[in-house]
Amino acid sequence: MYEGAVQDLIDELGRLPGVGPKSAQRIAFHLMQADTADASRLAEAITQVKATVRFCQRCWNISEAEECRICRDPRRDEAVVCVVEEARDVVAIERTREYRGRYHVLGGAISPIDGVGPDELHVKELLGRLDDEPVEELILATNPNVEGEATASYLSRLVTPLGVRVTRLASGLPVGGDLDYADEVTLGRAFLGRRELGV
Amino acid sequence: MATYREQGIVLRSYKLGETDRIVHLHTQGRGKVRAVAKGVRRPGSRFGGRLEAYSHVDLQLYEGRNLDVINQAELLASHAAVRADFATSAGASVMVELVDLVAQEGERDNALFLLLRAGLQALDAGPADPAVFVDAFLLRAASIVGFHADTAACAVCRRPGPHAFLSVKAGGTLCSDCAPPGTRAVDPAVIAGVGLLATPGEWASLPAFARDDALAHRTAASYARAFVEHHLDRRLRGYPAVPRG
Ligand SMILES: [Zn+2]
Ligand SMILES: [Zn+2]
Repeated sequence: MYEGAVQDLIDELGRLPGVGPKSAQRIAFHLMQADTADASRLAEAITQVKATVRFCQRCWNISEAEECRICRDPRRDEAVVCVVEEARDVVAIERTREYRGRYHVLGGAISPIDGVGPDELHVKELLGRLDDEPVEELILATNPNVEGEATASYLSRLVTPLGVRVTRLASGLPVGGDLDYADEVTLGRAFLGRRELGV
Repeated sequence: MATYREQGIVLRSYKLGETDRIVHLHTQGRGKVRAVAKGVRRPGSRFGGRLEAYSHVDLQLYEGRNLDVINQAELLASHAAVRADFATSAGASVMVELVDLVAQEGERDNALFLLLRAGLQALDAGPADPAVFVDAFLLRAASIVGFHADTAACAVCRRPGPHAFLSVKAGGTLCSDCAPPGTRAVDPAVIAGVGLLATPGEWASLPAFARDDALAHRTAASYARAFVEHHLDRRLRGYPAVPRG
């Protein structure tokens, strides 16, 4: 245990995701030895992010305005909404430059064992958008793990009766890899997600 | 470093660092095992999707100082259909939650392993009403760890039944002499339902019970939940997520 301010800093750092007590201590000592200007820039960046960044009132993406850049862009197709777990998934999909529709960020995935149900996610808001916006297709891009699959199945049950087309992001083989190195789960999924080849 | 081989079912996992996971398994020979799967979150990892919850795997592990390390994993049954549907996934989540609570590290419990495998197989078949399999699983798992819901005799004086009174605390049915004054008698169909839910190996007749006597099933299901939560002194967090007709 250290004195007052040092211990406070270690405690705060230790609450960050992926930072254990040892790392928290290392970062704290690094900051104490750093230039005052460097440390102030970090403090300022944190303050600034909390003051200016909020969540888009339409899609719950990270935004510096009432609505995010993507929701405000009239060239984005409002008939297609891609549902993701986290804002960082929006960034990942945007990097592909393949997608021209809009997004909806759930803020997590259903995990009963952790007490996370549909009410803890932005599901109500998604249903509201289906009422208010001319959405024709919902692309479910939740993670290909237990929680993501459960969330996709839940949403598909909920939304399909409303007459919206529901699709799921294909999961399959890593590009550039050899087929015989793929595990049977991944290969099995790739088979389920196979598609017609145009001639 | 000592290595060993075990069959196990993945209960759940937690992120560790950037690319690893800590995986909880219930194994056939060593009870609960907590082990590290290195690099499993990286795309194209050698484990691929084999270490997802509900998978039945054949493992090779290193014994570590704190946690063991998974070296190889071969898939025996993926139970992929369980994960693909919200209702079965929610049901399986309660099963693994209970096993994760009661299974002890280093203590062989093959009965619990076989029960979990049977429960997941039942859900993997895509039943219309997965909830009744969860109800049965709860009472059967409780019985394996020492709390049997007894409907064959009075739980207090052991007089052979069937009896008309049901008690969570006493651990089963009560005769009219042992039931506290003012206790209300229960429909015989509920008593029979609790008996069916608690009978090991009896999976095939569960859907018919749930379908044909929905009211008795509902009461027996609440009893199963209350029984398990009382005797194990734990709340089942995932229980309310299981869809019920
Ligand atoms: Zn937006
Ligand atoms: Zn008695």
